[in-house]
Amino acid sequence: MSSIKIRTKRMDGNTQIRMLIAHPMEHGRNRDTKTNALIPAHFIQELTIKHNKNVIITGNTGANISKDPYFAFTLKGGNVGDKITISWVDNLGNKDTQEHIVN
Amino acid sequence: MTDNRRAFIKKSVAFSGYSIIATGGLLASPEASAEWLAETTSTDILQQTIKRLFKDQKIIESDKIDIQIPKTAENGTSVPITVTSSLNNVEGISILIEKNPIPLVAKFELSSDLEPFVSTRLKIAESSAVAVIVETNEGFYTASKKVIVTLGGCEL
Repeated sequence: MSSIKIRTKRMDGNTQIRMLIAHPMEHGRNRDTKTNALIPAHFIQELTIKHNKNVIITGNTGANISKDPYFAFTLKGGNVGDKITISWVDNLGNKDTQEHIVN
Repeated sequence: MTDNRRAFIKKSVAFSGYSIIATGGLLASPEASAEWLAETTSTDILQQTIKRLFKDQKIIESDKIDIQIPKTAENGTSVPITVTSSLNNVEGISILIEKNPIPLVAKFELSSDLEPFVSTRLKIAESSAVAVIVETNEGFYTASKKVIVTLGGCEL
């Protein structure tokens, strides 16, 4: 199952894009409660959002974003049936991509 | 018995010697430690981050940036923030938290197809100002808002 959940909503001629990504977003200063060892940093570094084939958002994110990050953006216009592609890359090189059709 | 006592005295003398050296070493340079504290104050880290990100660009305070964030956050692990702006031709939005160990939260580059609107959730370590820098094709604008955090978001 993909780690990205996407919801879109048509509002006043605009399209709201909301996403929820399952990710620990560890900043590397937390300690394991049992072993007291530092938990290594593990967070999303790059977020890319495409509308059809155009890149509309590129984001550099850090570990100051909460665990299981949520983002929302508003696209001017947008039609039913448009394709939204969201992908992320984290600091350990993991990746995920998810596509969504505007409804 | 006497051997034991001698060993004990020897050890205690040696130990107090060490502790004198240790405290002396710390106290010997009050100026140095004062400098170190000045360097690590958070506003400086914020200024350095801004400098590194925007390279001496002029950043102007603006009231056209609206930050919606709770005034007091009970739990610093997840503080919702929504940034909107009435500035024209917005190209990027950056969010920074003044007192977090690493101030930069995120830097988004938005294409012209997007409204100047970003919403997300933040981790905030302690009560601090949250600054937003909006990049337009005419220049850089900033606004900030203070948040009181009752339970820090970095040790959790």
